[in-house]
Amino acid sequence: MGHYACDLGSTRYRFADLREVLAFASPPRSGDYLAGLGAPDAQARMAARYALADLPLATFLEDLVVPYEDDEVTRLICDTHDAAAFAPVASLTVGEFRDWLLADATSAAQLRALAPGITPEMAAAVSKLMRNQDLITVARKCRVTSAFRSTIGLEGRLAVRLQPNHPTDDPSGIAASIIDGLLMGCGDAVIGINPASDSVERAAALLHLIEDLRERLAIPTQSCVLTHVTNSLELIETGAPLDLCFQSIAGTEAANRSFGIDLAVLREAYDATLSLGRGSVGQNVMYFETGQGSALSADAHHGVDQQTIEARAQAVARPFHPLLVNTVVGFIGPEYLYDGKQIIRAGLEDHFCGKLMGLPMGCDVCYTNHAAADQDDMDTLLTLLGVAGVSFVMGVPGSDDIMLNYQSTSFHDALYARSALGLRPAPEFEAWLQQVGLADAQGRMKALSERRALPLIEAVLHD
Amino acid sequence: MTERGELAGDPFGRLRALTEARIGLGHAGPGLPTAASLKLQLDHARACDAVHTALDVPALQIALGRKVHVVHSAAADRATYLQRPDLGRRLAPEVSLPRLGGDLAIVIADGLSATAIMAHAAAVVAALPAFLPGWTILDPVIALQGRVALGDAIGEQLGARSVLVLIGERPGLSAADSLGAYLTWAPRIGRRDHERNCVSNIRVKGGLAPERAAANIAWLLGEARRIEATGVVLKDRFGDGAPTLSGPADTPRALDAPHGGA
Repeated sequence: MGHYACDLGSTRYRFADLREVLAFASPPRSGDYLAGLGAPDAQARMAARYALADLPLATFLEDLVVPYEDDEVTRLICDTHDAAAFAPVASLTVGEFRDWLLADATSAAQLRALAPGITPEMAAAVSKLMRNQDLITVARKCRVTSAFRSTIGLEGRLAVRLQPNHPTDDPSGIAASIIDGLLMGCGDAVIGINPASDSVERAAALLHLIEDLRERLAIPTQSCVLTHVTNSLELIETGAPLDLCFQSIAGTEAANRSFGIDLAVLREAYDATLSLGRGSVGQNVMYFETGQGSALSADAHHGVDQQTIEARAQAVARPFHPLLVNTVVGFIGPEYLYDGKQIIRAGLEDHFCGKLMGLPMGCDVCYTNHAAADQDDMDTLLTLLGVAGVSFVMGVPGSDDIMLNYQSTSFHDALYARSALGLRPAPEFEAWLQQVGLADAQGRMKALSERRALPLIEAVLHD
Repeated sequence: MTERGELAGDPFGRLRALTEARIGLGHAGPGLPTAASLKLQLDHARACDAVHTALDVPALQIALGRKVHVVHSAAADRATYLQRPDLGRRLAPEVSLPRLGGDLAIVIADGLSATAIMAHAAAVVAALPAFLPGWTILDPVIALQGRVALGDAIGEQLGARSVLVLIGERPGLSAADSLGAYLTWAPRIGRRDHERNCVSNIRVKGGLAPERAAANIAWLLGEARRIEATGVVLKDRFGDGAPTLSGPADTPRALDAPHGGA
């Protein structure tokens, strides 16, 4: 395919191929250097950005970063590309596209109509020319809603996944964390458990646990046990009360294979879950998680930088009309995102790219203890994402996930973000919070002493 | 009535007993009260220090009761180690170890927690021989900035039939001193993680005690010698089917962060 070069001053920079332009143009991150793909110096990075800015957007429909013949994700991207939706920006370069996205005249409705015409490579490319504030400005213009028993992604709302994990899947331990989260107004995105065990029976027991609680307390939310998609298929067959089907996904066929999945099994699981018809206000039944670095860690990145591959993972989610897509941004470790600065940047990129492609993006704002990051970095990213209109974040008791051994956002963090940014829970869930006396008429959580919390706690204790 | 009374006094008292999770922390406005906020930062500080504290080699040699070889991986410092797992799996170019043969080589690698090594490694090493009668066990080798696969290179140079890597696991907030033990039969460069067995979460409080871990490791080594292999082909039945904390080293968990510097 074409040749890529840029003159900066008296130096001519030549790039081996489009993949190299994309990789060099990326803000620095450890994963790209681990893969041997990062820009050699800061000026080479800028040369790549200049080269990228001048590329026609349509380049990405011709010069494929992962070959069509080798990869079903590439085939999905190409075969489902909506040329009519793409038409309004088809003649633009990447740099012009950035200006168009930022323009005041470009509306939420235009962005919604554009989404099926945007490939992940286009989204990733333009993001590399954008500063953090640009990623926020455009993402907050994108409005993506999805629904099951609650509605996710409405303007002025921030939903929370209640994540009550326990190292041995102990039902009463999990229930205790669920109650704590509900009392702080969390759980409107989903009550979602990462199981410690891979057992289908144990997963069924956890689904019944949430189902009982949800029905007894009449909570308008959905449940999920984040187990492998093939386990969810078994759960459906055995009649377990499965609301959402979960799967971790990646941006290449080979990386997905390392997760034990392909597009066919996702399709099968989507159809099976949809057939249950358990949603009340909507039928978005899939919950996907992604995270920069997963393709490299599976040695399946095809020489493509990790942020572009991440956008391709989001494209895998697109045909299945998910309720939730979550970028688990700092989980995989410092060899992919070294410090708070890299984690913050990656979280904003992933949220932007997903929203631009029409996905209900949330973010697991998180870090591990061997990354150079701390709670202050997480506060910063949470605040930025709140401003950017993130659809949902995680709620973990006291930030400390005692099963997965990492720190995510807490119930308190969710209270902070809603309070500081004037955001409210999903409307159905907010009405429930008011009805049971946990929130006031304006949707604000009442002080603990004023809450009618005892019935909730007693419901658990008497089990 | 007493139950209701307890609830009225502290609605979370009973709930807290059900989980180690940080529930019922109280509030200062939307945020954490000072005590809970400081506790979270303290636990994180402990974990960070475990990751970044250098292994105290002289102290470890004293704990082992002998002076042993100290080798370095190709990762020159901690920052490189954290960003380049590939370098932590290779020996520094100048390293050359004598070909001693023997049944078992032991590598003590700092991994992601020197705290764990200082706390438990010598105890595991001391307990092992009693469980492995008749085995030729080589003196341990201390490996700095090491990951699990570094044991393959060391075991290969030493010419040992098997290698045990004791390595500091990635610290969690609740425990910064958790030790992992990785076993590889016929170590050589290029072995994959599914060719190893792992005994994890070795620590005194809330984990597998070093003595018990040594027994478990020895059981696995006995089986490994019998079938001349480790990894997915070797199922850990130590403890008669009671739940154990060990498993094949590559137990897949999608998007999981790497354990123990593997």
